[in-house]
Amino acid sequence: MTEVPRTRVHEPLPTFVGTPPFPEAARAALADDQLRTNLRRATTTIRTKRAAAVAERDDWEALRLAGAAIKDEVLRDLPALLIRLEEQVTAAGGTVHWAGDAAQANAIVAEIAKAHGASEVVKVKSMTTQEMELNEALAKEGIDAWETDLAELIVQLGHDLPSHILVPAIHRNRSEIRDIFRREMAGAGRPAPADLTDEPRALAEAARLHLREKFLRARVAVSGANFAVAETGTVMVVESEGNGRMCLTLPDVLITVLGIEKLVPTWQDLEVFLQLLPRSSTAERMNPYTSMWTGVTPGDGPQEFHLILLDNGRTDVLSDRVGRQALRCIRCSACLNVCPVYERTGGVAYGSPYPGPIGAILTPQLRGIARGPVDDQTASLPFASSLCGACFEVCPVRIDIPEVLVHLRAQVISQKGWRARALSQEAALMATLGWALGGSRRLGIAERLAGLAGRIVGRSGRIGRLRAPGLAGAWFRARDLRAPARESFRRWWRRTGGGEHDAADAADHDT
Amino acid sequence: MRIALFVTCFNDLLFPDVGRAVVTLLRRLGHTVEFPEAQTCCGQIHFNSGYRDECVPLARGFVDAFAGFDAVVSPSGSCVGMVRHHHATVAEHARTKGMDDRLSADVAATAPRVYELSEFLVDVLGVTDVGARFHATVAFHPTCHSLRLLGVGDRPRRLLEAVKGLHLIDIPGADECCGFGGTFAIKNSDTSVAIGLDKVTAIASTGADVLTAGDTSCLMHIGGLLTRTGSGVRVMHLAQILASTDGVGG
Repeated sequence: MTEVPRTRVHEPLPTFVGTPPFPEAARAALADDQLRTNLRRATTTIRTKRAAAVAERDDWEALRLAGAAIKDEVLRDLPALLIRLEEQVTAAGGTVHWAGDAAQANAIVAEIAKAHGASEVVKVKSMTTQEMELNEALAKEGIDAWETDLAELIVQLGHDLPSHILVPAIHRNRSEIRDIFRREMAGAGRPAPADLTDEPRALAEAARLHLREKFLRARVAVSGANFAVAETGTVMVVESEGNGRMCLTLPDVLITVLGIEKLVPTWQDLEVFLQLLPRSSTAERMNPYTSMWTGVTPGDGPQEFHLILLDNGRTDVLSDRVGRQALRCIRCSACLNVCPVYERTGGVAYGSPYPGPIGAILTPQLRGIARGPVDDQTASLPFASSLCGACFEVCPVRIDIPEVLVHLRAQVISQKGWRARALSQEAALMATLGWALGGSRRLGIAERLAGLAGRIVGRSGRIGRLRAPGLAGAWFRARDLRAPARESFRRWWRRTGGGEHDAADAADHDT
Repeated sequence: MRIALFVTCFNDLLFPDVGRAVVTLLRRLGHTVEFPEAQTCCGQIHFNSGYRDECVPLARGFVDAFAGFDAVVSPSGSCVGMVRHHHATVAEHARTKGMDDRLSADVAATAPRVYELSEFLVDVLGVTDVGARFHATVAFHPTCHSLRLLGVGDRPRRLLEAVKGLHLIDIPGADECCGFGGTFAIKNSDTSVAIGLDKVTAIASTGADVLTAGDTSCLMHIGGLLTRTGSGVRVMHLAQILASTDGVGG
């Protein structure tokens, strides 16, 4: 094998740090027409396919209930199950590490890689290592982390941020990907062919050749995991491309980072999730590659296996009676694909590797919202939803995302520092509304005032381009508003006895 | 059967014709409707914005205003969803904060008897043909809370299909949100408008004269975008179409 010079070493990597609060980040994303087009096409396609794949199963609701029940059992018995897993993995020749936070987990990975003299690792697609910002941490230690999932490779080569859980480069189209490959592959290893086209086959082949040299060279691999079976100590990765299988079998050393909620109690429980996950995620009946390993098998595959159990805020989430259902998540991304907000803004606007509806409930919780005030960007996430409920409808483990969103909104509002800083206009409005709605007499007075105001600003019965600051301006920038009625329903009822004294009123009414 | 109208604060103030249409419709079907004047608001605005303490007196006011009725009917899927699904959460909040220990029991007694209009007509009164006449091509927007929180299913469609002279057409991607979302429409106004404009485009593609739905809040948002973009499509609440007998589209 020819040694290919590695010219791209340890450069600063883009992160989500500095993402503005959601409304502002969304505004920037909404202005990008190419992004809007790419997202719309991709999400529409995948949600249509998912609906068809799910409709094939007449026991889908029973599977969802089972999935939720198993995950709830895991959350209830987590300490005992984790210890059981540790015992089984250790008995099978693996080493288990416990990491309280991302920094600890990153340090463990770096230490293992250095112990083997590795200046690079190959990576299986993993949300958990993104959450830890492992690549950035390894870069600081002089270790290159190569993403081998096609979409992650596109993101990494493009010096970009992931925008989707399953398809991190969903915001890129084929010609953009070709340009990234042509421009960037040479700096990271084997260059793209000079005549590379934007045909999917050609792009995949270029990625395959580029990655192959990395698979064959690497001594250390890092993965996440979809599931770990406490009963047997078996760890599982499901994937579509086979890059995961290469990473999990070729190197001498395998390091797997496992979020502590990723457990299932028994081997048989996988039956439920291996039906729920592919149909929800890629709209497939079965995912193409399912890799399972239990510790180390002498003479076959990696001869050294490290399992890092990562908390990183998960026990905080677990402490919240309503919010903890977010820990059932199996990272299928079905909620992203049906979300009207995600479809317009894309994932980067959420400022976290977990975007979309699940990100809006998981990120604030992992960042400790249950313990106290969080920063403004984090606090904006639970409000980044119209509460349409499409996410709950498709969630394979029945996470009631709208319920958790409004629960977290209440936490944000009750954290008074934030309220005082950013919500003064809203808080005043809510207090006024609370007063006016606190009794029917007060409401009657408020309605008469509103009717009067409506007569002044909306002579046509409609208020058009009203220049107004703050909350009102946010409505009128793009929308008209029906003026408050001259006579409220309440007054009409009282005047006419509900129309009994006024025959003309009982007839049809115009809008 | 004692029937109460929960008109909702939103319709009371902005769309009183919708409340009047419900009264007209139910009287035509031979029922007496009462309007308990103590009613104000279900608390949804506060609940969805995170102001839980402020919801407690509103939920208390609701259960007091509607105690003793056999059925409470409302022309809003969203407000009925708040009452049936979230008043229990408000009551639990009230209990843990020592604000109102009896609210849970009162909510449990009242909430199950609160119906969205199409549920009330189809499930309680057992009618789908309400004797309406309305000559227009009508597009129906299902609204998310009616569809997903209440599960009203095809009840509104069945009611509309039975209206004489009405031609019902489907909006592409009908079950997708319009982007209103209550205070979302203001806090995330750019995203709300972007979603809404896609909905307006989908509605325009149908060639409908009238857009209808079971929630005036969604209609206010979509209607505000329709008039701003110069569309000729008019918006009417489902109740207004079902109340119509003169055959003229609004």
